[in-house]
Amino acid sequence: MATDTTTDPRDKQQTLLGADELILNMGPQHPSTHGVLRVKLKLDGERVIGSECMIGYLHRGVEKIAEHRTYQQFAPYVDRMDYVAAVSNGLGYCEAIEKLLMVEAPPRAKVIRTILTELQRIASHLLWLGTHALDIGALTPLFYCFREREEILKIFEKYCGARLTTHAFRIGGLQYEAYDTLEKDVESFCKAFEPRIKDYEDLLTQNRIWLGRTKGVGILKAEDAIAMGATGPVLRASGVKWDIRKAMPYAAYDQYKFEIPVGTTGDTYDRYLVRMEEMRQSRLICLQAIENIPTGPIMAKVGKVLKPPPGEVYHSIEAPKGELGYYVISDGTVQPYRVRIRPPSFVNLQAFDKMARGHLVADVVAIIGTLDIVLGEVDR
Amino acid sequence: MADEPKEQQPSPVPAGDKPASSPAATPPAKPAAAAPPAATPPKPAAPVPPKAPVQLQTPLNNELVGRVRAKFGTALVEAIEDRKQAILTVECGKLAEVSQYLRDEEKFDLLSDLTAVDWPKREKRFDVVLNLYSFAKNERLRVKARAGDGEQVPSVAGVWPTANWLEREAFDMFGIVFAGHPNLTRILLPDEWQGYPLRKDYDIIEQDTSWVKENMGIESGQ
Repeated sequence: MATDTTTDPRDKQQTLLGADELILNMGPQHPSTHGVLRVKLKLDGERVIGSECMIGYLHRGVEKIAEHRTYQQFAPYVDRMDYVAAVSNGLGYCEAIEKLLMVEAPPRAKVIRTILTELQRIASHLLWLGTHALDIGALTPLFYCFREREEILKIFEKYCGARLTTHAFRIGGLQYEAYDTLEKDVESFCKAFEPRIKDYEDLLTQNRIWLGRTKGVGILKAEDAIAMGATGPVLRASGVKWDIRKAMPYAAYDQYKFEIPVGTTGDTYDRYLVRMEEMRQSRLICLQAIENIPTGPIMAKVGKVLKPPPGEVYHSIEAPKGELGYYVISDGTVQPYRVRIRPPSFVNLQAFDKMARGHLVADVVAIIGTLDIVLGEVDR
Repeated sequence: MADEPKEQQPSPVPAGDKPASSPAATPPAKPAAAAPPAATPPKPAAPVPPKAPVQLQTPLNNELVGRVRAKFGTALVEAIEDRKQAILTVECGKLAEVSQYLRDEEKFDLLSDLTAVDWPKREKRFDVVLNLYSFAKNERLRVKARAGDGEQVPSVAGVWPTANWLEREAFDMFGIVFAGHPNLTRILLPDEWQGYPLRKDYDIIEQDTSWVKENMGIESGQ
């Protein structure tokens, strides 16, 4: 984004005191950057007049690895991208390969996938809320959020033995049958969760410090959000009602009723409200889903050696952070010819410069938090 | 052993797939050679596996294609459909103009993704691939442009600002030069990195060995 700074008319204006502008380096080991993001800030006093994100510290060459693994072998790698929403990553990958193979997961598998993915969305949003509030100075929500997130991770652990990098799904369906008390666990979590969202909102929504730190900060207008390719809650908070779960339903989302929350101004406060409401909606989807889990097989008939017919497919899902897309090309062999991952965090982060300009250094922390980036996914 | 028969018996759910999966499974060596023209209707691929009956890539001729063809004529090289996903291949030099048209007139206002694919055996080895989405139509469209090694591809960062980082990534990984890009530098790899990792001829082991030798003065253990 470096040259954007030269073309922007705001750069040409004089600094306030006629002093030289200051370049401040933030990160990569800064606690508020949620990993290893480095931001070069161009400052006039305490005001940001330009910024450049330096990324790639966590680059592992995931796309290159994919070309040297079979389709099944690569599945666990995608969990390591957005490692706080591994279930969503796995869902996107498995569905993309299923499309390439032209098979469909059985209904039972689809519903269980939907339940786990929505729980993962809640878990991801809880982590975001806790750390975002912590960055801005509210310590309490972090402990509450982690308490609830723990319950979700326990459900994952009971289901597949892992808490974070779960590898919960397989190409063609599920490997594990739902454990006996899955419905009961999900239900009791959902019952307990509702008053707790209210607790978080009591702490923050009308909190004057919270309002002061988030209202009007990092505004992203709808047309800018679309031009910058922002997706997920960032786009919706700008007022664009677009959710892939509704627009192009996948898994079992077409069976459930839920709302898409949207914001109006596209500031940090709106993104907060949108994500809070999304947690409520995810909870409702979970409750609807456990009511009627179809019986039947959990795995479609796919071979143990997968050789998709030559061709290509682009499949995207609504991950907690936005549009997570997989563009996979098969040449008919057991290894993918090319796997391209469209990471929501990477594209959303590009809007950072636009959002940060004109704000104070302290707001930069709020803006990084509100973008909800995971560097494992930005750098891949 | 037990895997092989298992793979052939089960019939995947949609009807069109049945014959396709079994021929793909039988000749394991050939498809790699036949794969590069996969973007074109795979006619060279057809004679190689003896059965190869199902054509997954079919020519596409809908209204959108008609309009693009009327406007750009021969600059639209090919329009196909693969697994119900529309793919347009356009002339490399016209990529920016076609993009502008698709955004303004056809309302493909979101550039979901921009990436590249390397087909080293082809004359023009790279495919630059754009995945577009239209909010108004709720439709996706894939646009491809073929580019040779060292050939300049017109940047679409002026059409969709999203392309800024995405093109930098394509440059970083493939060495494709985007003409008119505001800041074409490496984005994920360090600036002094040698080579372009996602090219098919970029050898990971070799890269590792030479790095260890150069930087540590010892033989790599790999």
